[in-house]
Order: sequence, then structure tokens, then C-alpha cells
Amino acid sequence: MKKYVGQSIKRKEDYRLVTGTGQFVADIKLDGMLEAVFVRSPQAHAIIRYIDTLKAKELPGVHAILIGDDIKEKINPITQFESHSAVPPNVAKEINPKIQFNAESVLAVDKVMYVGQPVAVVVAENRYIAEDAADLIKVEYEQLKPIVDPYEAMKEDSPLVQEQVERNIQMEFHLSIGDAKQAEQQADRILKTRVQTPRLSSNPIETRGVIADYDNRTDQMHVWSATQLPFEVRATIAHCLGWTEQNIRVTAPDVGGGFGPKGGVHPEEILIPYISNQLNRPVKWVEDRLEHLTSARQSRDQVHDVIVAYNSDGTIHSLRDEFVVDSGAVNFFGFTCAYNTAYHLRGAYKIPNYDIKSRIVLTNKTPNVPFRGAGRPEAVFTMDRVIDMIARKLKLDPVEVMKKNMIQAHEMPYDQGILVKDGAKLIYDSGDYPAALNQALEMVDYEGFRDRQKELKKAGKNIGIGISTYVEGTGAGPFEGALLSVDSSGKVIAHLGASPQGQGHETVFAQVGADALGLTPDDIVIKVGDTAVLPFGAGTYASRSAVNAGSAMHEASLKLRKKVLAIAGIMLGTTPDEIEIEEGKIFSKDDPAHFLTLKDIFKRVRPAARPPLPPEIEPGLQVTHYFVPPTVTFASSVHVAEVEVDKETGFVELQNYSVVHDCGTVINPMIVDGQIQGGIAQGIGSALYEEVVYNENGQLLTGTYMDYLLPTSMEIPTVKKGHQLHLSTRNPLGVKGVGEGGAISPPAAIANAIVDALSDLEIVINQLPVSPSRLRGLIKEAEKKQSTILSK
Amino acid sequence: MSNKVQVGISINGKKVQKQVESRLLLTDFIRDECNLTGTHLGCEHGVCGACTILLDNEPVRGCLMFAVQADGCEIQTVESLNHVDGTLNVLQQSFSDNHALQCGFCTPGFLMTLTHFLKDNQNPTENEIREAISGNLCRCTGYANIIKAVQQASQILQKENSNCSVVSAQ
Repeated sequence: MKKYVGQSIKRKEDYRLVTGTGQFVADIKLDGMLEAVFVRSPQAHAIIRYIDTLKAKELPGVHAILIGDDIKEKINPITQFESHSAVPPNVAKEINPKIQFNAESVLAVDKVMYVGQPVAVVVAENRYIAEDAADLIKVEYEQLKPIVDPYEAMKEDSPLVQEQVERNIQMEFHLSIGDAKQAEQQADRILKTRVQTPRLSSNPIETRGVIADYDNRTDQMHVWSATQLPFEVRATIAHCLGWTEQNIRVTAPDVGGGFGPKGGVHPEEILIPYISNQLNRPVKWVEDRLEHLTSARQSRDQVHDVIVAYNSDGTIHSLRDEFVVDSGAVNFFGFTCAYNTAYHLRGAYKIPNYDIKSRIVLTNKTPNVPFRGAGRPEAVFTMDRVIDMIARKLKLDPVEVMKKNMIQAHEMPYDQGILVKDGAKLIYDSGDYPAALNQALEMVDYEGFRDRQKELKKAGKNIGIGISTYVEGTGAGPFEGALLSVDSSGKVIAHLGASPQGQGHETVFAQVGADALGLTPDDIVIKVGDTAVLPFGAGTYASRSAVNAGSAMHEASLKLRKKVLAIAGIMLGTTPDEIEIEEGKIFSKDDPAHFLTLKDIFKRVRPAARPPLPPEIEPGLQVTHYFVPPTVTFASSVHVAEVEVDKETGFVELQNYSVVHDCGTVINPMIVDGQIQGGIAQGIGSALYEEVVYNENGQLLTGTYMDYLLPTSMEIPTVKKGHQLHLSTRNPLGVKGVGEGGAISPPAAIANAIVDALSDLEIVINQLPVSPSRLRGLIKEAEKKQSTILSK
Repeated sequence: MSNKVQVGISINGKKVQKQVESRLLLTDFIRDECNLTGTHLGCEHGVCGACTILLDNEPVRGCLMFAVQADGCEIQTVESLNHVDGTLNVLQQSFSDNHALQCGFCTPGFLMTLTHFLKDNQNPTENEIREAISGNLCRCTGYANIIKAVQQASQILQKENSNCSVVSAQ
């Protein structure tokens, strides 16, 4: 029975956050706590000749200074996260991956690989003294040639970012079905193009932060981190420091946004616990924004060279793509982003011949990790630019080309003929992409827009409309768990491994549990963000929490319900199938007036003072369920951007943005809409404003918010939303993930709209962001070309 | 750097006297010396607005000031907004009603900016709201629900004020 699932229940988390009483890492104070500051490399690639810490050590208030030499044999480097990097055997057979080992020492040893890499750490009474001391540390570097271009990096004689990684290619694979080359020979036309997406920084407004508190009496280490993956942090600390994992407790308190990079375990999360253990005192480190922009893991940064064969009616026969991921100095996530790109690239389209070669290349930049969409925005930008280019070459409306190639509803479930990252067959479980497209076209009055466009053109105004679609594998495994118990107050306490960064877990999982248990969301207390609450957990990333933790919550609630009914049956003298639970009242169907509550059941079943219960009923009201999804479930969406372009300035005004999406069952519409609007805002940022820029020496040029531009309320329109409800067939709730979707399509939709607005010029947008200066350059070039042709 | 200076600042109606280093940031004073951690630090260079407080009733970036510069001033932080009995004020309630926050880290800054804005402008247009919050960055919500929340709050405040004026006219 769905009573609360589907309702826009107000969030339980809000009270503390609007009163300033939430607890973020920076808010935590412990007795005797010291503060750490990092000295970071100003060089992109250099040998460390000498580090002088003498003066710094003499500064009153300084407790410890560590450099690479101090930790060399004591702290293992961070290596690839196995939980995310493992290539299932059948996938390996299909794509033949070549992998070279790579790693990052938590403090640079002997040489530095990127600007911002930690070189030394200072621990002092407070941050002010620690910063004074950090300023007194002198590091002598001998510059090496920095490698900033991945194509340069792959050349035979190029310097190596990591000595053992030949030609700087950390990983490569080849995915192929059909025969693309043969299709190219038979098709009417061929399109060749290069499409690239820039490097981005996720920029949660809360920077990273770590506190570690070691208790030498019990040998327990408690770490608080602004992380998305407390369990991965725990495992990595154990791996790097050789500690017993169960002696480490990692808590993610209120976390001020994550978006992916807070899921990559960082060197500071290893060093701060190490120092706390060494000094036997609590130690705190809170990142500043300059550190965040230089040192927090970045993302995206792909270049695609595509060859597409198509017929004059718009049918696409084959797509070949050789793409390079610039991973920066280390790749911790294996083929996660690259393979996501490879298996998502065709999206809602049928392209029978498909050939993808991918190389993950190391350069002297900050390491790259997944960020909202994780390889999918890059895939969609490439694919949807291709669709748009084909349409323009054939002088067709892009919608016509989209419809020509789209998977039809009656073809569902649709097998794309390749494998998902988890090794399952890539079969879209449900959805109706043409209907979603039609709904979106109706929503924006597409025909009306075309008329308006013609009218305004006469008045010298350039408006344009652009469409993008995506299909996204959401709810990635491997699992997520829920441990439910009832306490003496009759409340259900649910311990979940998937910790949130603003997604409203305390509310949505209470809604799921309330429906399954016959309670109200207020009867359920959700505990998340702590490795002490549940033995295993994965975390919040990959649009997976509602799917996996939600399903675990649902199944665990049903298990608990079964036990409650069994005991209530004994207490009410009837059979469990004769009992109802409504709003916390447990009663026999024929006698609703005479009811029990969970408090009553708890009293009967607690291990102490046990009245007779049949031996098959174990004492206590506690159940655990781990949900293991069969594979990902496919959410989908159609995005439509309407823009006006000022030809004189290259300025793009985003006039409207509309979306039709399908995430299966909607647990809380208000929260889902919030995720979509927020994701689109980030997508708009990456379409028009955001870019991490390095110069040819590997120096970061975007180290402040004056250079790295985030969109404000002036740039983000209120998105018009339409919904489709094609339930997932791969979990008991029918949900599909929604967290990342919003961010995937805006670059493609907006770029297509800009090209459409300037359709009288031959403009090709293959690079992001479409900043005014970049667009003005393209306009100038196209105008020049046009006037040359006219004058001839 | 041990030269300490005496500062006296009224925070949320309570006078605080402390000996502090002259280089102590106002935000660190509020957070560490006064234990009011609702004022958040997002960028420490005056762009994100998470540390916005009211200083003598004007919204300012706490991260761009030293504590000594606020000597003798009156400061209001997010902790001053809810009623004494703990219930939320109109703006806070509107934020919750309209899902105008996700991670909530930027929220205190928005609330303080808007507390000042709604005093001056009881009936703002959408564009005026957008402009008012354009100095506060939010990375989660995409701003739309924040705008909705301000619209709801302004309507309630208008109604409350018109009721008050009716009462006073009688």
C-alpha cells in the first residue's frame, strides 16, 4: 500500500539546517584538538631536492611537521579503489583492457605530479599558527617538463607522470559490435568530427574536511569526514595504514554537497588519522577554497574523435569513436567514467555498428574522478552534437533525425548488445523515449517556437531551440543494506549505509519504511553516515541510493512487519494474515478497536523478562536486509533549451529550459524535482561558464571564484518539468535513480540551441563551455567565411 | 602574533567581550569564540555568501572582516532567526515548505541576505528576488525553490503587516 511514497513530505533534515544547528565537519570541536595545514606543490612536475622545516618547527605552537620522507615506509600509497575499478571477467573478455598500476603517495615522495599535491603537513595549536609555520617551510624543486596535453603524453619520448606507466596510458580498452568500417563503406554519407568536454570542479559550497580522534586506551580511531563514502574511507585508511578496519569508525556528519569528488578518498583522509595516532590528540583539517580548486579531485576532460556513417534520410548505421580521458596524475576509479561513456553513448538510439576505443591518460594535473553523471555528460554531448550535425548537413529538423533512430516503446526491454560495467547485459528495462520526446515538444510548443523564430529573425533577433536526450544506467550495485530495530519507545530505528549530502535520506527512507510497515514517517528514525551503524555499506553516488538503500529499506521493513505480525498474532490470539497495521495501530481485522502498538510488541519480545513465545521466534525486534540489484535500471529524459544569442557579444541568454523525465516510482516528488532543478543548474554551469584551466606549464589559472565561474540565481531559469512513469523492473519499489540526470543533458541541449539560433552561419560547437568569448570567436570566423563566399 | 586586542561585539543581542588577535577573522570569532557555528565558510574570498551576517542591520560577508573591525557593532547570525520557543520564523518555515535547501550549507547565508531584503522590500518581483540572492551561491537547489520560498514568505509577511496596520488603525 502506498500512502507516503509519492507524497511531497517535508524534510525531517530541514529544522537543524535552517536554524544553523546542523553539524558539519568544520563545526566539530574536541578537547585538545590541533589543526593541520598542508604545504602544496606550486609545481606541476618537479623533483623535490630539499625541504627545510627547521624554522617552522621552532615556531611556538607547532606540534608536528611531516614530509614525504617521514612517511615513506609507514603509509602505503592510495591505489585504485577495487570496489569501483574491478573489471568483471566477461567484460574483460569483451573489451580486452590493458591496465598499468598507478598510485599516489599521501605526501609527495621525491617528486611532485600536479599543482596542489600535498608536500608537507603542519600541525599546530590552531590554523593561524599552522599557516604561519607552513609559510616558513622552504621546498627546493628541480623542474621537470610538465605534461598537460594527453596527446603529447602518449608520444614515445614523452616524460612520464608515473615512472611505471608506459606512455602515460594508464588504461585502454576496445568495445565493438557489428562492423563499423563495413557500414561506412555502404552508407550515403560520413561525418567526422572532434568533440571535447572540459575539466570541471564540482565545487560543493562546503569544502572538504577531516577530523581524527585516536583513543590509545581502546586503540579506536574515530574519523569525521565530509565524504560520500564513509565505508571506502574506512577501507582505504586500513589499507594505507595497516590498521584493523573494525578499529576505525568513519562518520560523515551533515555533508555540504558532494556531487562525486567527495567520494574519491583523498590523501588528507589518511594523513590526519595517522597524525592523530602519532600525537594521541584529535586533529582537524578544513580545506579552504583555493585548496579545493587545486587539490580536490576534478572531473570530465574527454576528447572524442568520431566517425559516423549515415544515410540521406538520417538513419545512422555506424559510430566509431576514439576517445581520450585526461585523468590527471592518477586514476583511482579504473574504467568507471570511460566505460560509462562507452556504454551510454548511443543513449536512446539504435546504432547497430558501434566501435569504441578508449584511453585513460595521465598528465600533470589534479587527479580526475567521477562527478555527477560520471562519463555520461561527455557521451551525451558527443552523441547529441552528432545528431544535430547530421540534421544540419541533411537540412532536416533535428527532431526528424532523432525520431528516425530512436528505440520504440514496443521494442522494450531493449538489448543494446553489449555489457554494463557490472557485467550484466545492457538491456533497457522500461521507458517510452518517443512519447517522452513528443511530450517535451508539446510542452515547449515546438512548432510555435519555429514560427516565432522566423518572425524574430526578421527583426534581427536570434533565438534557437536545442534538444538532448539521455538514457542513464542508475542504481549501480554492488549492494546497500538496512538494519531495522524497534526500541522501547516503539520507534523504528533504521540504520543505512548510504549516507547523504543533501538528498533527504532521513525523509525518503522513512516514507518507504512507513508504507511497508503501516507506520507514519515520524515513527521511523533514519540513521546514516556512520560506519558504526551497519557492518557494510557503499555510499551515495551513481544515482543509486533511492534504488539500493530504498529497496533494502523496503525489504527489511517487510521482514520486520512479518515478525511483528507473528508476535501480534500470538498476543491477539489470531493468525498473522488476519492482522492489519495502520498508522502504528496493530489490530485484528474483525476488532479494530482493540489494538496493540510497536511498544507493546517490543515489551513482549525483548530478550529480558521474556514471557513465553514459541521457540521459532527469536527475541528482539531486529532485522537486516542487504539489497543486491540484478544490474542497473535505466532512467531517461528529454531536455529542451531555448536561447537567444547576441551575435555582437557572443552572449547567450537561456530563456527557457524544459525537461520530461522518467525515474520510475517517485518516492517524494518535491525532492525529485529539486534534484532535477539542481542537476540542470550544474549542467547549465558546465555548458556556459565552468572550466578548470591549466596553462602550458600545468599551472592552474582558475584558483578562485573570480576565475572559475559558478552560475548564480541570475543565470538559472526555473525548469519546466514533465514526468513519465515507467517503473523499473529491477527492484521492488520500481524506482530508477534521478540524482545525476539533470546534469547530463544541458551542455548538449544548450549547444544545439545556440547552433540553431545561429543557423544562418556555419557554426560548429564542439567544445565547452560556450563562453561569450569562445562563441564570439566562432561567430567572427563564420561571418568571415560567409563574406568570402559571398564576395566570390 | 600574540598582540591581543580587546573587542566588544553584541551578537544576537548578547554582548561578548574577548581578547583576540587583531588578525582574527570575524567569522572565526563568531564560530570559535562564540560557538555560533551556523555561519558557514564556503570560499573565504567574499564570493559565495555562505558567511553572510547582519552587521548593524546590513548584510556583510563575515569572511572579509576582522573581528576588531566589528568592535562596538551589533551582529545577527542565523541562530537569531527562530523564535524563543524554537519555532521557525516565516522565512525559515518558507524555506522548509518549498524545499529551498538540500545540503543546507549555503542556507544560513541565504537566510541572512533575505532577512535584510524582505525588510526593505515586502512585495518583491521574481527578478528582484533573483538579484537579491545573486551574491549567494547554491550548488544543490538551482535556486528555483529558494525564489518560491521568498515569494511565500513575502506574501505571509505582507498579510501579517496589513493585519497589524488594521489593528493599529482601529
